[in-house]
Amino acid sequence: MISKMESVIIIGGGHNGLACAAYLAKAGRKVTVLEAAGQVGGAAATREFATGYKASCAHLLNLLDDGISKELGLASNGLSMAKSGLNTIALATDGNHLTISADRVDGGSLSGEDQAAYKEYRRFMSKYAGIIAAMHNMVPPRITQDRGDLMALGKLALKVRMLGRDDMRELLRIAGINIYDVLKENFDNPLLKGALSLDAVLGTFSGPRSNNSVFTALHRMSGNNAGAAGAASIPAGGMGAVTDALAAAAKKAGAEIRTGSPVSKILMDGMQVSGVELTGGEQISATTVVSNADPKTTIMELLGARHVEAGFARKINNIRAKGNAAKLHLALDGLPDFTGVSPDQLGERLVIAPTVEYVELAFNHCKYGEFSANPVAEITIPSIHDTALAPDGKHVLSAIVQYAPRNLGVGWNEGKGAFMEAIFNTLSAYAPDIREKTVASELLTPEDLENEFRMGGGHWHHGELSLDQFLMLRPVPGSAQYKTPVEGLYFCGAGCHPGGGVMGSAGKNAATAVLSN
Amino acid sequence: MRTVDFSREDHYKNAVFPSPFHSRQKQHNKLREWSRWSDYLSVPAYWCESMEYFAGRNACGVFDITPMVKHLVTGPDALPYLNRLMTRDVSKIKPGRVGYSVWCNEQGRVIDDGTIFHLTEGVYRICSQEHQIDWFMTNTLGFDVTIVEDTHDVAGLALQGPTSCAVLRDMGLDGIENLTPFGLTYFDFHGTELMVSRTGFTGDLGYELWTSPENAEMLWDRLFEAGEQRGIKAMGSDALELLRIEAGFILAGADFLPAAEAVRPTHTRSPFELGLGWLVSFDKGVFNGRQALLEEKQNGSRFHLVKLDIDGNKPANQSFVYTKNKKYAGTVTSAMWSPSAKASIALASLEAPLGKPGEEFEVEIYYQRELKWSRVMAPARVVKDVFWDPPRKRQTPPADF
Ligand SMILES: Cc1cc2nc3c(=O)[nH]c(=O)nc-3n(C[C@H](O)[C@H](O)[C@H](O)COP(=O)(O)OP(=O)(O)OC[C@H]3O[C@@H](n4cnc5c(N)ncnc54)[C@H](O)[C@@H]3O)c2cc1C
Repeated sequence: MISKMESVIIIGGGHNGLACAAYLAKAGRKVTVLEAAGQVGGAAATREFATGYKASCAHLLNLLDDGISKELGLASNGLSMAKSGLNTIALATDGNHLTISADRVDGGSLSGEDQAAYKEYRRFMSKYAGIIAAMHNMVPPRITQDRGDLMALGKLALKVRMLGRDDMRELLRIAGINIYDVLKENFDNPLLKGALSLDAVLGTFSGPRSNNSVFTALHRMSGNNAGAAGAASIPAGGMGAVTDALAAAAKKAGAEIRTGSPVSKILMDGMQVSGVELTGGEQISATTVVSNADPKTTIMELLGARHVEAGFARKINNIRAKGNAAKLHLALDGLPDFTGVSPDQLGERLVIAPTVEYVELAFNHCKYGEFSANPVAEITIPSIHDTALAPDGKHVLSAIVQYAPRNLGVGWNEGKGAFMEAIFNTLSAYAPDIREKTVASELLTPEDLENEFRMGGGHWHHGELSLDQFLMLRPVPGSAQYKTPVEGLYFCGAGCHPGGGVMGSAGKNAATAVLSN
Repeated sequence: MRTVDFSREDHYKNAVFPSPFHSRQKQHNKLREWSRWSDYLSVPAYWCESMEYFAGRNACGVFDITPMVKHLVTGPDALPYLNRLMTRDVSKIKPGRVGYSVWCNEQGRVIDDGTIFHLTEGVYRICSQEHQIDWFMTNTLGFDVTIVEDTHDVAGLALQGPTSCAVLRDMGLDGIENLTPFGLTYFDFHGTELMVSRTGFTGDLGYELWTSPENAEMLWDRLFEAGEQRGIKAMGSDALELLRIEAGFILAGADFLPAAEAVRPTHTRSPFELGLGWLVSFDKGVFNGRQALLEEKQNGSRFHLVKLDIDGNKPANQSFVYTKNKKYAGTVTSAMWSPSAKASIALASLEAPLGKPGEEFEVEIYYQRELKWSRVMAPARVVKDVFWDPPRKRQTPPADF
């Protein structure tokens, strides 16, 4: 018989909540996942956005942890890739694009120096990204005298030291600076620099010239599942296939998953968590509650700041989490014609980031509550690799579009149409027939993402990813080991170490923390 | 009316304001010396520190407490708010009662101490030594409360000493003798509202009177009329300092460093380290510093604040304290020659585990006689009880002195 002590409620069935559920259930806990939406998956779920057309908000898999995949048997639970190791096509309006792969770059008017520099850039960036990768599946050490913490910190320091003198010195030099400077030091080609800078700013509130943007570039490269640092894949069935496989693994291990069950309140018995209340009033008791909702929402709305000390409440409340990535889904009558892009290249990762300055200028707008007049975009047409996503002969275009600040000055009700117009204008410059081919569309602004997926601020990472909100500082000191100061309450979502992206590590690490308590 | 006219454009040019009792203080202030207490002019001694001290012990002394920083806490969540802010269980302070408390930061270090007045159901006044509005506002996150710093809207006088009750009765406060220690009540006073609490900073029978600034002068005048036959005297802050040390009350900035002002966090103190463990209520739910204080309770504190009875008659201000083996033990934080206890007494912060009652130490006292410095190593012992604790402090109704 399972005692009350061993039952665990997980608020939210995002991929991290599901991973956490699977690990806890495997360890013998009685797990109930309560997901607000009608389906699991959160921002990684595959949804039908127009009759017969499906897409997932998160569209490229580049961070999913190999170890987690294997431990939870995701392949045997239905996960396969429709396409692995995508190249990046840096689009140019004149069709003179670049093709960027893990180990080389070709096309355009690229010089031999830039091609050589790219190899070197990949070499050191992959090496540094490896250090972040090594941190993915560890519960961040605290800064204490505890032996375990000191050992973990020591191991990290050793990893850095093992880079060798020159690479270590270079890492220390660039870790806190901006990608603009680093790219300028290494390359001449404007298009190459533009495309590489996009990797640093996707999903964050930063432009290429913002500090931390080297760190975010490295974070994005810290996945290794398609063989090379940061290489991206498209799962068959969209990103929802990952979350469905996680859900299947969790269920097999004995977890119960309830959809359509929004939690409105975390219940307390004195100083100890005692369960949750659903929007309908139903109460479910458990002495361990793990939240896949973002940390700020969890503490300020579901728990209530009064249940934690003021210093902690203040730190949580100060978490920076203003999303500025929007998601565009287009239902297409047929394949669009991107100038100069051959049919077999159309299924790659297409990016609109013609120069670093263009990206920086696009960012400038969102600092002042405006959307970018000329946005940047990461585009995929997943239906090329996976015909099940659209009716026969039709296609789906999925694009992350920046910048779209969570708090648009004029409000998104008023601004959404104009932003859509700006996006179409931008897309048309590269694919002149895009309007004609579009039969239906969906644009999810950060406000929509917040409402639809309950991500605070509509933020990709549930809280800005930056050095001051990373490792033992994520989400805030005092809860970076997934355990909050409230007895029985844990975090497990992207707001925790190691951050967002479909990875699963936050969920797994949270399970480790619950089990070690 | 406010004591500070904020409508005046240049009010910010004046950092220190005259108190609403200023005109009367001026009449009594024979020494013409003024000091600053928080936002106000205060009087260190009106004429003679000793006379004022003895008024407080043998008759009654009047001390202007307007400068004390005051806050009004209202709203549906006032109680849960205060319970999360304060270390003690505020739900035990019923309407019409007053409680002493400290509040801590996350590290369990004392930010300040003060008194909580439960004015009427759900309405509280917090008096503190230091400005606290920033910290109090930070604490409102997640609570439906309103916090106003109303220092300038409230005039206050402390009337302390054995004849204080009789003076108030003669002033027309019918039934004042029924007010129990730490109680508060309201009187209609010549058509104005007067709040009286049986509280104070002298460890003796005494009251604090609270009214709006426009009634301040009238209150002062009536008080001195009523007290003339009972030895009433205006009392300065120097005399109060002596009275409070005898009573064993600690003072922010003297006996502990307010945590918000500390540049060196290790120099701050927890409630346990100030001998205020009785103010920490672990069973009331979460409060600021709880986690850290629980850990301290398990692992032990770093300091003990103790009362020292020191041989000889030299005040031990700013002295080092040593063990009998001449090892450093700590420092004196407040000291005086106590006329009432007839002893040199001190509060001292000693390094734990030193400082148990009865333990013997030596205090290194430097003193001057006609410009000549000398040093004495005075034997001293830790005592448990405060130096001044007369039964009349607790007696209700108080005897008629
Ligand atoms: C526009 C955009 C594009 C992105 N693209 C990519 C990409 O291409 N590749 C990539 O790897 N990552 C991408 N991401 C990031 C990725 O989607 C997130 O980091 C990831 O989904 C976080 O997973 P999670 O499980 O921590 O949280 P979420 O996916 O946010 O899931 C949280 C779940 O909890 C549920 N929940 C919240 N509150 C409650 C409640 N009170 N009661 C019940 N349930 C609740 C929500 O409904 C949701 O299902 C993108 C993000 C955005 C915003």
